[in-house]
Amino acid sequence: MSISSKASGTTSRSRRLAWTGFLCTTPALLLTTTLFVVPMGLMVWMSLHDWPLLGEHTFIGLDNYVRAFTSDGTFLMSVRFTLIYTFVITPVLFFLGLGLALFVRRRSRGSAFFRTVFFSPYVIGFAAASFLWLWFVDPQAGPVAAVAHAMGWPIDQVSWLTETVPGLINVIVMVTWKVVGFQMILLLGGLNGVPDEVIEAAHVDGAKWFRRMFSIVLPLMRPTIVLLLVFSVSGSLLAFEQFFLITKGRPDNETVTAVYWIYNASFKKFELGYGAALSVIMLIILLIVAAVQVRMMKGVGRDD
Amino acid sequence: MTTELAPRTEALITGASPRRFDQRTRNRAQGLLWWVGGIVLAAMFIFPLLSAITGSLKSPAELRERPATLWPKAVSFEAWERLFDPAEGVMTGVGNSLFVTGLTVALTVVLATLAGYGLARYRFRGSGVVFTVILAGMMIPFTVLLTPISVVLRELGLFNSLIGIALVYTTYQLPFCVFIMRNSFAAIPMEIEEAALLDGCTRANVLIRVFLPLVLPGIATSAIFAFLNAWNEFLAALVLLTDQNRFTLPIVLQSNQIGRMGTVDWGLLDAGVVVSMVPCLIIFFLLQRYYVAGIFAGAAK
Repeated sequence: MSISSKASGTTSRSRRLAWTGFLCTTPALLLTTTLFVVPMGLMVWMSLHDWPLLGEHTFIGLDNYVRAFTSDGTFLMSVRFTLIYTFVITPVLFFLGLGLALFVRRRSRGSAFFRTVFFSPYVIGFAAASFLWLWFVDPQAGPVAAVAHAMGWPIDQVSWLTETVPGLINVIVMVTWKVVGFQMILLLGGLNGVPDEVIEAAHVDGAKWFRRMFSIVLPLMRPTIVLLLVFSVSGSLLAFEQFFLITKGRPDNETVTAVYWIYNASFKKFELGYGAALSVIMLIILLIVAAVQVRMMKGVGRDD
Repeated sequence: MTTELAPRTEALITGASPRRFDQRTRNRAQGLLWWVGGIVLAAMFIFPLLSAITGSLKSPAELRERPATLWPKAVSFEAWERLFDPAEGVMTGVGNSLFVTGLTVALTVVLATLAGYGLARYRFRGSGVVFTVILAGMMIPFTVLLTPISVVLRELGLFNSLIGIALVYTTYQLPFCVFIMRNSFAAIPMEIEEAALLDGCTRANVLIRVFLPLVLPGIATSAIFAFLNAWNEFLAALVLLTDQNRFTLPIVLQSNQIGRMGTVDWGLLDAGVVVSMVPCLIIFFLLQRYYVAGIFAGAAK
């Protein structure tokens, strides 16, 4: 009698504790459901409809997807441009980040200071950085123009924000300035994880710096490198502010990114169903990138 | 010449072998080169940031001067006076940004702490599912979900609302912060809780008196990330706010960018950029340790 009542007391107590645990997560779960899970499902549903801002939604099956791949040339162009941007900027960021990481790795009183300085542009927003860049490289009023003039190369006639390639280069320089410090910090963490003995052994065996770097250090840093590539690839695939604010898609939609075009469809033309379909396509591309990451991470495990 | 002579005298005085000395001069030369390189690089990183400040201190006349001047010839606070002028709308943007950011930070910290506590210290059926659902947002950024989010917010009457946008920011801040907070709570040894319970503490008291001080670094990291992401966010604010009085700072800057007469109002834009950069830089400089800890925690996931 007393034993059974004690036992039921424990279960009710542990059940109550389980409820406490669940209740603690409820607010977060509620918000996640409303603004993440529901929108995910709604997005797929919307993509199968003609869904104007006001008025009736009509089911049109896969027409939005057909339109994206056949009649909307700008969308395919924007995906192509986004991929070009991603493929160009990823190695640039990686090698410059690696260079900076090797630079600030030196044991010196200055290292911490330089690390902080190189990282600091990362914390300002993409929008603020883009406005800053508009000013910085403005061919008439900007500081770059002032320096160029002082050196005898007047640039007030250039139009490097309104042409495709110069515009892209400008954005790449700005983004590199802004985010290379982030790559530096993560690569520094990776470099510090490589045991000194391994490098010394290679040194003793007569391996030169370049050889030590590419045959020993970088392969050992594979998890860090895979992670960085995923950050920079998924970040670049979602690029928006830097092109919306700096090149503004000029000259003629050549510098429009995928997210920029989704913004145009959903929030300029208010074709919400079509915007949702484009978003689904973009989401699938991002999930493929994530899947490749998982594969590459698993590859790391197999090697060990 | 002098470098030829120096080693010998040095060797005579100290009796060190010339070879060791060569090594030392080489190290010293390398060190000097490193410092010079570092200072040049640092200047390149700082120059754009600094140029917004100097640009905001130029008079409108000087900004129109061609060729452009590098440093202000005379310091003028004209742009800053206009920034604080209510008619320009920039201060409304700053106020809206402060409200949205403050609400996001508060909600994120409270919800992430509670959820992290629940997930780390209690076992309940479905806790794995809850964790996965919350963390899934880490893989899927809200950038691609804005179209349906705008529809959901309209249904809830939270479209074009500062509270609505703070809720969106909080939702997409939660995956990272719940992850951080769950790890912080999981790192606390069970014995501490048991000892406190034996001493007659209630569970709520344990959470507030014993746990919170221990997870404070995690809370700091969550708060910093929530602050920076909410303060800097652009695209969601651009599409989810339509009323000019509710624009956050980056959106105000975007809409004011082209001033009257179709030319860019550089002084006001630069001052606005300074206002939007400085809080982030100050927080980073003061709380760098927690920020970098967060980056590595996020990387380790």
